[in-house]
Amino acid sequence: MVFGFSFRQRKPNSAQTAKERLQILLAHERSSGGASPDFLPLLQRDILEVVRRHMEIDSDAVDVKLERSDDLSSLEINIELPYAKTAKAQGAN
Amino acid sequence: MSKVIVVTSGKGGVGKTTSSAAIGAGLAMRGHKTVVIDFDVGLRNLDMIMGCERRVVFDFINVIQGDAKLKQALIKDRRLENLYVLPTSQTRDKDALTKEGVKAVLDELRQEFDYIVCDSPAGIERGAHLAMYYADEAVVVTNPEVSSVRDSDRVLGLLNSKSALAEKGDGSAVKAQLLLTRFDQNRSASGDMMSVEDVLEILAIPLLGIIPESTSVLKASNEGTPVSLDEKSPAGKAYMDAVGRLVGEQIEMRATPGEQRRGFFQRLLGRTA
Repeated sequence: MVFGFSFRQRKPNSAQTAKERLQILLAHERSSGGASPDFLPLLQRDILEVVRRHMEIDSDAVDVKLERSDDLSSLEINIELPYAKTAKAQGAN
Repeated sequence: MSKVIVVTSGKGGVGKTTSSAAIGAGLAMRGHKTVVIDFDVGLRNLDMIMGCERRVVFDFINVIQGDAKLKQALIKDRRLENLYVLPTSQTRDKDALTKEGVKAVLDELRQEFDYIVCDSPAGIERGAHLAMYYADEAVVVTNPEVSSVRDSDRVLGLLNSKSALAEKGDGSAVKAQLLLTRFDQNRSASGDMMSVEDVLEILAIPLLGIIPESTSVLKASNEGTPVSLDEKSPAGKAYMDAVGRLVGEQIEMRATPGEQRRGFFQRLLGRTA
C-alpha cells in the first residue's frame, strides 16, 4: 500500500480531488457572501426585458448555463429566437 | 406511472445523500428516467455528491417562487443519459419550501420522470416533513447503532401519520423499506454490532438492502461520483441490488462483502500463522 501510494502521486488521488473541488466551490460561495449566484433570476429577467423591446420571445426559450472552475467561470445565456415569428411581425409593420 | 421515493432517516450522517445519489444513478442505469431532488435548503450537498456543483444555476426554490422554469433548474448528469439533479438553494432558509410549491414541482416532474427521489434533510422539521409528505415509497436509511434505529422508528411513525397518503384516511400508506448502511459483517458476527435481524425485529419493516461499510463510499464522494457507478466496490454492488428490489425484482440478500471479510480472514491468518 505504501509503495502504491507513492507511485500514484502523479495522478491526483481522490482526497486531492475532494480538496480541489471544495476549494473551487468555497471560493465562489465565500466571494458572493456565502451565497450562490442569487442574482441570476434577476439578471435573466433584465436581459429578457431588454431583448423583448426588440423582438417577441418565449420565456421558455431561455437557457442559462454556468460553469465554474478555479481560474475562470463562464455564464452562458442562450435565447432561442423565433425567426419566423419576428419576420412576420416585421412584415406586418 | 411515476413514483416519488423519499430517502429519509431522522438522524444525520447515516448516508441519506450518498444513498439518494446511488439509488438515483442505479435507477437511471436500469433505463428509468430519474431525478434526484435536494430538500436540504441552506445546506445543499447533493450537488457535491453527484459531482455537478459547478453547474448549478437555478434551484428548487427559484422554481417554487417562479423565478425560473423547472427545465432551467434541472441539471442533466454527464455520465448517465436518464439522470437529472434538482439542486436546492444554498442561501434561502427552509421556510422557502411550501407545501403547495413542492406539490406543483412534483406534479410537473411526474409528467416526465419514472422515478423522483427526494433526498431528505436530517431532523423532522419542515424540510424533512415536505420531503416525505408526497412520497409513494420511503427508503429509511439506518445504521446498526442505537440512536439511528431510534430516529428511524420516529420517522416511520411520521410516515404513517403525516404524509399525504396517510392523511387520505382510506388505509393508504407510504411503503417504507429499510436500507441498512455502514454494516460491518464481522463486527456483527462477533457481537459488537447489532445484526440485520436485530434491526429488522425492532423496526418491523421490509429490508431493501444491506450496504457494507466500504472505503469506496468516501472515495466516491471525494470524486463526486454516485457509488453505484463503482461496479467493483461491494457498496456499489449492494446499492445496485437494492435498486433492483426497489423496482420490484426478487434479488437474494447476499452475505456482505468482499473487502471487510477478506481483511478479517487475512488478519486472522496473520495472527494464527
